[in-house]
Amino acid sequence: MVQGAEVATAAAKRRAAKGKEPPAMTRDELLRAYRDMLLIRRFEEKAGQLYGMGLIGGFCHLYIGQEAVVVGMQMCLRPGDQVITSYRDHGHMLATGMEARGVMAELTGRIGGYSKGKGGSMHMFSIEKGFYGGHGIVGAQVSLGTGLAFANWYRRNDHVCLTYFGEGASNQGQVYESFNLAALFKLPVVYIIENNKYGMGTSVERASASKDLSKNGAPWGIPGEQVDGMDVIAVKEAGERAVAYCRAGNGPYLLEMKTYRYRGHSMSDPAKYRTREEVQKMREQRDCIETARKRLLEMGLDEAALKKVDDEVKAVVQDAADFAQKSPEPPESELWTDVLVEAEAGEGR
Amino acid sequence: MAGTQILMPALSPTMTEGKLARWLKKEGDRVKAGEVIAEIETDKATMEVEAVDEGVLTRILVPEGTEGVAVNAPIAELNGGGAPQAAPGPAPAQRERAAPLPKAEDRAAAAARGAAERPAAAAAEAAAAAEPEKDWGPTRPITVREALRDAMAAEMRADDRVFLMGEEVAQYQGAYKVSQGLLDEFGPRRVIDTPITEHGFTGMAVGAAFAGLRPIVEFMTFNFSMQAIDQIINSAAKTHYMSGGQVRCPIVFRGPNGAAARVAAQHSQDFSSWYAHCPGLKVVAPWSSADAKGLLRAAIRDPNPVIFLENEILYGHTFECPVAEDFVLPIGRAKVERQGRDVTLVAHSIAVGLAMQAAEELARGGIEAEVINLRTLRPLDIATVVRSVRKTNRLVTVEEGWPFAGIGAEVAMQVIEHAFDWLDAPPVRVTGLDVPMPYAANLEKLALPSAAQVVEAAKRVAYRS
Repeated sequence: MVQGAEVATAAAKRRAAKGKEPPAMTRDELLRAYRDMLLIRRFEEKAGQLYGMGLIGGFCHLYIGQEAVVVGMQMCLRPGDQVITSYRDHGHMLATGMEARGVMAELTGRIGGYSKGKGGSMHMFSIEKGFYGGHGIVGAQVSLGTGLAFANWYRRNDHVCLTYFGEGASNQGQVYESFNLAALFKLPVVYIIENNKYGMGTSVERASASKDLSKNGAPWGIPGEQVDGMDVIAVKEAGERAVAYCRAGNGPYLLEMKTYRYRGHSMSDPAKYRTREEVQKMREQRDCIETARKRLLEMGLDEAALKKVDDEVKAVVQDAADFAQKSPEPPESELWTDVLVEAEAGEGR
Repeated sequence: MAGTQILMPALSPTMTEGKLARWLKKEGDRVKAGEVIAEIETDKATMEVEAVDEGVLTRILVPEGTEGVAVNAPIAELNGGGAPQAAPGPAPAQRERAAPLPKAEDRAAAAARGAAERPAAAAAEAAAAAEPEKDWGPTRPITVREALRDAMAAEMRADDRVFLMGEEVAQYQGAYKVSQGLLDEFGPRRVIDTPITEHGFTGMAVGAAFAGLRPIVEFMTFNFSMQAIDQIINSAAKTHYMSGGQVRCPIVFRGPNGAAARVAAQHSQDFSSWYAHCPGLKVVAPWSSADAKGLLRAAIRDPNPVIFLENEILYGHTFECPVAEDFVLPIGRAKVERQGRDVTLVAHSIAVGLAMQAAEELARGGIEAEVINLRTLRPLDIATVVRSVRKTNRLVTVEEGWPFAGIGAEVAMQVIEHAFDWLDAPPVRVTGLDVPMPYAANLEKLALPSAAQVVEAAKRVAYRS
């Protein structure tokens, strides 16, 4: 039996033993998760509006519906850990603590954006927050994230890299090249497949012969688990296991997050590949923010406290939107900067 | 309390109008922020309109089924809830339609302006006297292979962030023995054998460089770099720019490039012009042992991604090389290998040898050729070439690569831009033939440039043929 299957089984047993016990997140933690998920939701809605108004151009992939994944996973990290993802990246950036202003201003292509307006929706970075992009080529970030983990291995520290990709990217060849490399060198990387069921308009059933993506690392002995990605507590629980495993030097770990995006693949999406009822059902019955909200009320938090969070989030998003419209476009001189690093005295020593 | 207007959104920056397909809410309904209230359609897509804020949908201004609703036209009014609410954006009348795409003439004008403002190119034009190359003192003969190994070893001793990875670089001591002895000195943490998986390990190395390490990636040959070219161009070369200068990628991709001998089309290709085409990379193509050692050391220290194009046939060639501990050569500077007044021969990598042979032959016939070893292809030291052409008034380029959009084409064009009035003859390119490399010995020989062809070309531009 491969190690992956053993771990998955053990996790299932732990979950079964827990039964209906109260969830393993304190009220304060859950409230923070609620706030962070709501921030992403409201930010993305605002981005959709600004796109509709023509203030955001090009491709814009919204994260609405999937918020629990990044928020739960981020709660497992320490400063110095790394995060890397694909082009559906706004949520990941906000979860790492990057400023809503800088992200929104990058979407509008302004100098105040994280990449000074030169990267756009799909290409933003914050080394300070451990966020390494924002990558537009499907699957490329999987090898890159393996390399970030390699740097941790090389430096002999105990940092971990979270490497996110969609179930669509999980069919790319370099994903499996990376699995092999990470398992060979025992690199501290948590591979997180965000399975939102559709790679653009192609359902996972039509794209993957593999029926259980959490087992895709099994040939390399990479433990894997399927996780309810619509439940931030379940995400955090699984994330803690995965991160601890990597931090201890055991090598890579794979989490398949069963999640769902409510909006189109990008802004221009014919939406003919799934039914309105399917989307509606997920929104009504599985929404991560509503679930957290109900739990918080059950835990004794009152409506007023939630309303306070709602208002705070709304203010942050409105401020970001205002900033993103007021920040000027990059000056023409920016065209020629940052193509190469100009050599500095003592560079390389 | 003033209501908030809900506007007709655009599905894309090119959309100007659409159909309001369906209202999911009716007047008087209470809506929450983010709730879907309507659907709009164009001929290619459908989009949901979400409420900007919570409140009551007081008025529907555009009934469902209406076609040709202009983008940004008000479609409904939301009478806001309790929270203070900024308008979702500037009022429609004042708002410019999204116009991020400049008109063609604007783009052209911007490009022209940009080119004028671009710092490097203008400087290249100055035909000022070249700074003489630094004298590094005593030399000794070493092979190109030894020079490359010594360069890596020296930089690895100096900087723990530098490591070498690739296929067979460690235990096998290098497929072409370039990394001989490095495993013994530096151990398996810093001299790393990879599986045969270029795409994956190149991406991994780029990620490690993003994190501040300084990887040297050996491709067994550059032919295999095509498996990984997405990571080299899209990740290594572009991320510094796309991150607004935040992320750096200090990495060297090195290995033999171009034709070896009798290995046919898939293993005999020159990637000089492929990589030199791309901003965000530096591209180096050494000829001699001194080039190899001095430039590889500079490449490893460089804070940018550097493509380092070696040549298998040159690995065993011996050249004099400075012995100084701190010997290093600057990237971006060509070298005048031979002075001459009658014709300028511009070459890189193994073709420099052809140009040198040709120069000797030409000298016997009374033609003094100046031979320029480009050393670096990007950034191209066009100033040195232009300086020479202004003296000789004649240009021949020599390369193993294919002619179409090759290095010779670029050099000739830049000479035309900077020294047109000095040219006494049209420049001539000597290149590999425009065919995949054949296997048969006789055909392979025909497909590669020769010193005789260079002699012939030089005589042609000197009107002595």
